[in-house]
Amino acid sequence: MTLMVRNLSFAYSFRDILKNVSFQTSQGEILAVLGPNGVGKTTLFRCILGFHRHYRGSILVQGREARTLNSRKLSSDVAYIPQSHGHAFNYSVLDMVLMGTTSSINPLSVPGKRQEETAYDALARIGAEHLAGCSFSHLSGGEQQLVLIARALAQKAKILLMDEPTSNLDYGNQTRILQQIRLLADYGYTVLLSSHNPQQALWYADNILAMEDGSVVAFGTPDDVMNSNLLKTLYGIDIALVHSDYGTLLAPQLFGDHDTSRGEKLHATMDR
Amino acid sequence: MKDHLAMGKKQLSDIATVTWNRRNHFYTPVVLAMLLLVGAIISLSLGRYGVPAIQVVRILLNRVIPLHKTWTDVMETVVVNIRLPRIVMACLVGCALSATGASYQAVFQNPMASPDILSASAGAAFGAALAILSGFSTFGITILAFLFSLLSVGLVIIVARFAPGLKVMNLILAGIMMGSLLSAGTSYIKLVADPSNQLPAITYWMMGSLAGAKSRDVVFIVIPLAIGLIPLILLRWQVTVLTIGDEEARTMGVNPHLLRTVVILSATLLTAASVSVSGMIGWVGLVIPHISRRIIGSKFQILLPVSMLNGALFLLIVDNVSRNLLQVEIPIGILTAFIGAPFFIYLIIKGEKVA
Repeated sequence: MTLMVRNLSFAYSFRDILKNVSFQTSQGEILAVLGPNGVGKTTLFRCILGFHRHYRGSILVQGREARTLNSRKLSSDVAYIPQSHGHAFNYSVLDMVLMGTTSSINPLSVPGKRQEETAYDALARIGAEHLAGCSFSHLSGGEQQLVLIARALAQKAKILLMDEPTSNLDYGNQTRILQQIRLLADYGYTVLLSSHNPQQALWYADNILAMEDGSVVAFGTPDDVMNSNLLKTLYGIDIALVHSDYGTLLAPQLFGDHDTSRGEKLHATMDR
Repeated sequence: MKDHLAMGKKQLSDIATVTWNRRNHFYTPVVLAMLLLVGAIISLSLGRYGVPAIQVVRILLNRVIPLHKTWTDVMETVVVNIRLPRIVMACLVGCALSATGASYQAVFQNPMASPDILSASAGAAFGAALAILSGFSTFGITILAFLFSLLSVGLVIIVARFAPGLKVMNLILAGIMMGSLLSAGTSYIKLVADPSNQLPAITYWMMGSLAGAKSRDVVFIVIPLAIGLIPLILLRWQVTVLTIGDEEARTMGVNPHLLRTVVILSATLLTAASVSVSGMIGWVGLVIPHISRRIIGSKFQILLPVSMLNGALFLLIVDNVSRNLLQVEIPIGILTAFIGAPFFIYLIIKGEKVA
């Protein structure tokens, strides 16, 4: 068990954000955390990353309680891949990836030749070594996301936490990033990602953790837990599951309940 | 395909920039250090009593290896006792203010942060005004300015520590409040000060000047400078990582709050020491790191030394103008504002492009 969360509860100034959350992941798994905005996905991640230490329950990272580890120790087990965003200062891609090696070097030194090799290896693994010399802010959103993944790989942590890795990306880049993530999981990384797209979870995840108002409403393999009821609970809309040769596809109802007539009319037009 | 070509071109030019930058990480500081040395020798020869540059070199060398005397005693006194302390002081103050600016900008993750943002200058001004009011000696003024500068920033850090929410924002807000409070205090001291001698002394101190610099002041500033610079140099890579944001830095094994506190304390030691000997010299700490970032990039481990050298060079040149342009000396703080503010407007209009 690389990551085990048991009865995790967390409150922000008397407001319960997480209630009795329990789940676990094994090496080489992708766990997709699903749920609408504000259900506590981010808070869950922040607890695992050690930002919030006054939680109840336990978070075991490779068997050690997360809150007892300092940021340096925790960072050797868990790497965080944020959504790409602007920074106050600009760095080259190589420097950006080198930052991932920070916890492996003496805090009073600077990364040297060995760390540079690590950084190039990390870039090569995700097929982005040609970007090494570019300046980070000049890259497209998809490239930036790849570089941030490379930075996490350079950190040499086995658990990767990704905060909505495909948001702000175009359709092609979304798929490319997810393919990369799948490869990394197959290589032995444990990936925890939050997502707003249940279809992606269905395609790429080994397990799904569905959250509603701070609690877990479903945890298991996509085949076991994904159904119309769950999707209705999470998103409040009707979504049909269509089983096909290309996996299970989600078909959301295109028009709201109040306006079914318009949908029927459209279908009627299309039939003709 | 066309996109790919454009992309390839962009990357090629980027790669060229990076290789160029890497080579410059070595050459830029060396070139700047040589410029500084040449600048210092020229500055030593400039003044109302002109001393040829070659004699300046011989006088200085004579201190290390005895040379045949080709200069007059007056020349030696002017160069060694009058000009040398002042020129060393200009370099040290420029270096300290720029190092502080670069450090503050890094740990506040904001290229607009300047050394006086946490009220270090306001504290020093209050301390100096208080010392002048109490009739202290020049050295007493320096000491009190130094202590009040440290005290005010210390209070800012403590206030920000107890406030909830964003630490960076708290620090800046607490700094603004403290600065305003201390300025009010300074104004009150000016009000009650003797208008015939104390008030002009306070006003003149606040304009900033290196005119009174003596070797004793140089010794006084060197120790806090060294103490402040050592942590900054040692933590250079951690500071680089911190610039990309507290949370990301933390997930990479950096302790943001501890690191920021150490850097602020060290940098404040630098400002307090320099402000207490030179008075208020603005703009250097804001503008020099900006220029340096354009020359060498944002990595703190290289930005820090380049900023320090640029700052020393800049203040050395400005101090030459200050003492040589007119019969009467122009306070250096006025000159740096005259140069710094328009330059900054130029930077704003041209658009912030931090390479």
